[in-house]
Amino acid sequence: MEKHQIQETDLLVVGAGIAGISSALEAAETGYSVVLVEKRPYIGGRVAQLNQYFPKMCPPTCGLEINTRRLKDNPLIKLYTLTDVVSLDGKAGNYTVKIKVKPRYIKDDCTDEQLETASKNCSVEIADEFNYGLNKVKALHIPSINVYPMKYVFSKEGLSAEQIKQVESDCGECLDLSQHDETIEIKAKAVIYATGWKPYEAKNLDILGYKDFPNVITNVEMERLASPSGPTAGVIQIPGMRNEIKRVAFVQCAGSRDETHLEYCSSICCLASMKHARFVREQYPDSEIYFFYIDIRSPGAFEDFYNETKKDPKIHWHRGKVAKVFKELNSNQLIVEAEDTLTGKLKQTKVDLVVLATGMKPSINSNFPYREIIDENGFIRTDLADTIIGCGVATGPKDVAGCVQEATGAVMKAIHIIKEGN
Amino acid sequence: MADERKIGVYIYSGDGIAESFDCNKLAENIKEDSSIAVCKIMKNLCTKKGADEIRNDIDTEGLGAVVIGASSQRYHTDIFTFENTIMERVNLREAVAWTHEPNDEQTFALALDYMKMGIEKARMVGIPEPMVLDINDTVMVVGGGVTGMNAAIASAKAGYRVVLAEKASELGGFYRKLYKLTPRKAPYYSLEENTCEALIAEVMSIPRIKVLTNCTIEETSGQPGMFDVKAKVNGEELTFQVGTIVQATGWKPYNPNKLEHLGYGKFKNVVTNIEIEEFANNGGIKRKSDGGDIKSVTFIQCAGSRDENHLPYCSNVCCMSSLKQAMYIREKYPNAAVYVIYKDIRTPGNYEKFYKRMQNEDSIFLTKGEIVEMRENEDDTISLDVDNTLLDEKITIKSDLVVLATGLVPASGPERVVATAKEAESETVKVEDPKDPVLNLKYIQGPELPTLHYGFPDSHYICFPYETRRTGIYAAGAVRAPMDTASAKNDAYGASLKAIQCIENIRKGTAVHPRSGDKTYPDFFFQRCTQCKRCTEECPFGALQEDVKGTPQPNPNRCRRCGICMGACPERIISFKNYSVQIVSAMIKSIYIPTEEEDGQATPRIIAFMCENDAYPSLDIAARKGFKISPYIRIIPVRCLGSVSTSWIADSLSKGFDGAILFGCKYGDDYQCHFIKGSELANKRMENVQEKLKQLVLEPERVELHMLSLDEFDKLPEIMNKFAKTIEEIGPNPYKEM
Repeated sequence: MEKHQIQETDLLVVGAGIAGISSALEAAETGYSVVLVEKRPYIGGRVAQLNQYFPKMCPPTCGLEINTRRLKDNPLIKLYTLTDVVSLDGKAGNYTVKIKVKPRYIKDDCTDEQLETASKNCSVEIADEFNYGLNKVKALHIPSINVYPMKYVFSKEGLSAEQIKQVESDCGECLDLSQHDETIEIKAKAVIYATGWKPYEAKNLDILGYKDFPNVITNVEMERLASPSGPTAGVIQIPGMRNEIKRVAFVQCAGSRDETHLEYCSSICCLASMKHARFVREQYPDSEIYFFYIDIRSPGAFEDFYNETKKDPKIHWHRGKVAKVFKELNSNQLIVEAEDTLTGKLKQTKVDLVVLATGMKPSINSNFPYREIIDENGFIRTDLADTIIGCGVATGPKDVAGCVQEATGAVMKAIHIIKEGN
Repeated sequence: MADERKIGVYIYSGDGIAESFDCNKLAENIKEDSSIAVCKIMKNLCTKKGADEIRNDIDTEGLGAVVIGASSQRYHTDIFTFENTIMERVNLREAVAWTHEPNDEQTFALALDYMKMGIEKARMVGIPEPMVLDINDTVMVVGGGVTGMNAAIASAKAGYRVVLAEKASELGGFYRKLYKLTPRKAPYYSLEENTCEALIAEVMSIPRIKVLTNCTIEETSGQPGMFDVKAKVNGEELTFQVGTIVQATGWKPYNPNKLEHLGYGKFKNVVTNIEIEEFANNGGIKRKSDGGDIKSVTFIQCAGSRDENHLPYCSNVCCMSSLKQAMYIREKYPNAAVYVIYKDIRTPGNYEKFYKRMQNEDSIFLTKGEIVEMRENEDDTISLDVDNTLLDEKITIKSDLVVLATGLVPASGPERVVATAKEAESETVKVEDPKDPVLNLKYIQGPELPTLHYGFPDSHYICFPYETRRTGIYAAGAVRAPMDTASAKNDAYGASLKAIQCIENIRKGTAVHPRSGDKTYPDFFFQRCTQCKRCTEECPFGALQEDVKGTPQPNPNRCRRCGICMGACPERIISFKNYSVQIVSAMIKSIYIPTEEEDGQATPRIIAFMCENDAYPSLDIAARKGFKISPYIRIIPVRCLGSVSTSWIADSLSKGFDGAILFGCKYGDDYQCHFIKGSELANKRMENVQEKLKQLVLEPERVELHMLSLDEFDKLPEIMNKFAKTIEEIGPNPYKEM
C-alpha cells in the first residue's frame, strides 16, 4: 500500500534547475518554507550538464557549489528528487499538489564502497542521460561525478523484467526492489513552476543530417564532449569515431526562428555556439570554424564576447541559413550547403563535424492543468497575476542570468500571494 | 579557550578507509589526548544509525564537540547534523584513502595529521552567536521610473515600508515618455498601451509607500538595517533612516551630439528614437524641419551602440523599439515607406514573433546594411547611401526623416563611466571623482556602487546577478544592464526581493550571500590595531570605515564574512568564532614534522590552503576519479584565499614545512572569486611572503599560488604532485631541526 503524507509549505517550487534552485533558496533565505521537487535524481538541471558558461568560460559547478551549500544548510527547504507532480489543484493562496516520489531502489545502509562494487558488477547498461545518450552507463550508477545528492540510483524505468532480474542477481546485496513510490500531498500557498526546457529534437531537422551522420551533433552534446566529466573526458571527438577534427561547421537557428519548428528565437544559441567554437579552437589550434547564421544575437555586454570571438581569424562567418548537410562519398566528411545572403551565392563547405545550434523547447508536462496560463508555444505566461508563477526557460528562452533574475522576482510574486492569504 | 570541552572522535572504516590505513592504530594515537572522551571506529558511521549513535554519546558523555573522520565535509551533510554541538568533519575518505597508496606509512601519517588538525580545531572553535542589532526595515528605492515604481510596489505588497525617491518633480521617468509599448505578452503581435499613469496611481494609493519627488540623496551613511540618509527634498534637507536600498536610477540616452557622422545636429531632419516618442505623444510624427507630412522614414539601428568609438555594447532594446516606432509611422501615414537599416536584428525569444509580423507588413523594409554616406537635399530630405545590404548592392534611400536608434547609458552617477572601448581596455573604470553621484555613500571606498564594465554595477553577473559589492544595496533595471520596460519590471521584483531578504537576514544577525545564514562576524581586538588601514582598503565590500586616526570601524551588516580583512591584518587581531588566525595556526602546529634525527628521514611536509568552494571540491572529484596525490601535502580549506594570513605561511616555513601551496579562484576581469578580490589579494600578498623567504634564506620556489576552477580536477593532482617533486628536489627546509 502507498503511504500518504500531508505536508504544508509556503511555497512549492517545481523543477530544481538553476531557476528552481534560485527560487527555492531566495524564498527560504527570506524566511519562507519551501518544498522543492525535481524529477531527476539530482539537482542542477541543464546547467549541471554544461561544460562552461559564456562569456567568462567558467564552470557552472562553481555557482552550483555555492547554491548546493546554501541548500544543504537551509532547514526551510525540503528537497525531493526523482519526484513528479501528479496532480495540481486549487488557487493562489491555497494549492493542493500531489507529488510522487520514486525510490532509488538502494538499501539504506549500503556504503559507497558496496555500491561501487555493485555498480561494477552490474551487467545491464542504459543510455547515459546526463551525457545525452552519447555513451552507456550501468543501470545502477551515480548520475555524474559531481552532482547533488551524491547518491546512487537504480534506473529501473525502461528495463525489461529480464534485465531487472539480471541487475538483481548482479547487485543483489545493494538493491531493495520492494521500495515503492510514495505519494505526498503538499498544501502550498504559492507555486512556482521552473520546469525548464529540452533541446529541440534534432531528428526533426531532416535536411541537417542529425539522424544519418554520427558527426552531426547538437550544441548540448558539444557541452558534454567538451566537459572533463563527459563521455570523452573533455576531448572533442565523436565517441566511436576516430576522424580528425579540423573543420567544424556551426549551424545556427537549427529549428529556431523557423515556423515549421520553433517560431521563436532561442536567445542563447549564438553565444553558446561562439563558446563552442572557442572550445574547438582551443583544443585544435589548426582547426577552422565555419559559422552559419541569420543574425548574430549577443545582447548587452555579451557584444564583447562576440567581438573577442571575431578576432580569431580561423573563425569564418557566413550569413545565411543552411539548406542541407550531406556526406561526401567514401569519406566521413560532411558538406554543408548554404546560401550566403551577403553574396547571394550558394556555397558548399566541407567539414569534419557539424554542430547544430538546436533551440529550447519548454518541457512542461502536457498534463499541466492550468492550460490558460500556457501560450501557444508551451511557455508559461508571465502577464497573469494570482496564479501559478512561471520562471526560467519555462516562460521563454533565456540565459542563466535571465533565469536567476526571473527566479528571484518570482519569489516576490509568491510572497505577495502568501501574504495575501494570511 | 574551552580546555574543558569533551571531544568525541569517530573514524569511519568503510569505503576503503580501513583498507587504506590501520584505523585501530589511528584510534590509539588519538586516545593519547586526554580531552578525547570517546573514540570509535565505525563501519556504519555515514548512516542514520551512525549519526544516532553519535547523538547518544553527546547526551550520555556530555560531549562538547565531535570530530568525524569520514567522507569529505561536502557529503553526508544530511546525516551529520548535531544541535548545539561543535562538529568538525575530517576528510579521511577523499583526501586520504582514495587519493593515496594503501598501507603506506605516509598515508597513515597523513590520516593522523588530519585527525589531529580536526581535533585541534574542534577544541578551539566557539559556537557562533549572531550579533543582533536593532534595525530599520524600510526599503529605500532610488529612482521613480518603471523599475523604481515596481520595486516600491513589490516591497510594499510584501509588507515593508518604502521610501521612493525621485529626483524629478514627477514619477514616471522615461517610461512616461513612451507613446506605446512593444508587445510583451502572447501572441506578441500588437503594440500595447502605456500603463504608466496607472502605475503611478497605484504607487500613490499605497500608504506604505512614501514618495519623495524633487529629491536628491546628499549622503548615505551607516550600514544595512541602519542607513542614515540625508536628502534634499524640494530644496529642504530631510534626514531619515532606511534598512536597504534598491538603486533604480535607470538610463540616459546616448548623447546624440556625438553622432555627427549620422547627421545629428547637422541635418535638420535627423532625430533620435526619444524624439520620436515625443512627436508621437504630441500629435504625431512630422518632419522636424517644417512639421510637414512624411512619405519616407529611415531608422538607423545601433546609432552609437555596438560601436567601439561610442558604446561598445548592444543596448538590447533598440531593435524592438524601432519596429514599434515603425508602427507609429504606419498608424499616421499608412502609405509611407519605412526603412530599418540594421547590423543584426535582435529580437530574442518571443519578440521574434513581432519581428516576423513586421517583416510581413507592406512598405516596411528591413535590411542589413551599412550607412556609407548621408546628404541633406535642398528640400531638407536626406539621402542615405547604404552598402552591404542583403540585396548585395548599394542602394540610396531618400527620406523625410531619419531616426537614430540611440542606445542606453546607465544613469549610475559618474559621467565618465561611459568609457569607450579603448578606454575600457586600458583600465577598469574606477569610481573616483564622480560628477553626478546618486547615492553619495559615505564609504571610504567611494560614493557609488563599484562598476565592472561600461558603468554597470559589478556583480557575479552570471550566477548571482543581483549581488553587488555593497551589501544591502541592489541595482535594478537599466542601471544594472540595458533592458526594456518588461524586463525592468521583473528586475524590480528580483532586486526588491533581495532588499527584503537582506533585511530578514540582518534582523537575525546572519550573513547574506554567498555565506548565507553564517552567524559569525569578524571580531577586532582593537588594543593591538596599528591603524595600517589594510583591512579597510582591501575589503571588497567596503565594510569597514575609519575613524580619524585610521582605526577600522566595523559595520557587521555590510560584512559578507569572507575573512579577507583577517588575511589582510598583519597584527592578526581579526577573528571569527570558528575561523581565526589562531585556530588555523594551531591546526598547522598540530602537524608532525618528521626530522632526520627523530625519524631517520626528513620526509617533506607541505602546507596547502584551498578555497573551500572551488578548489577543495575539485579534490573530491579527483579522488572519485582515482587520481593520486603526494602524501606530503596537508590541506586546510579556507573561506576564501583572501582570508589566508601570510603568517600561516611564514610560520609554517620557519617551523620546518618545506613548502606552501595555495589554490584560489581565477582573478582579473573575468574573475570567479565569490568575494571578488580574494584570490587577487592573496596573490599580491605573495610578495610579502617572498620577502619573508628571503629573510629566512629560503628558495622562492617553496611557495606557489595557483588559480583553479572547480572543474579542473584533473589538473589539481598534477599541480600538487609537480610541486611536491620540486620541493623534494630543493631539499629539506633547514629549519626542521631547530
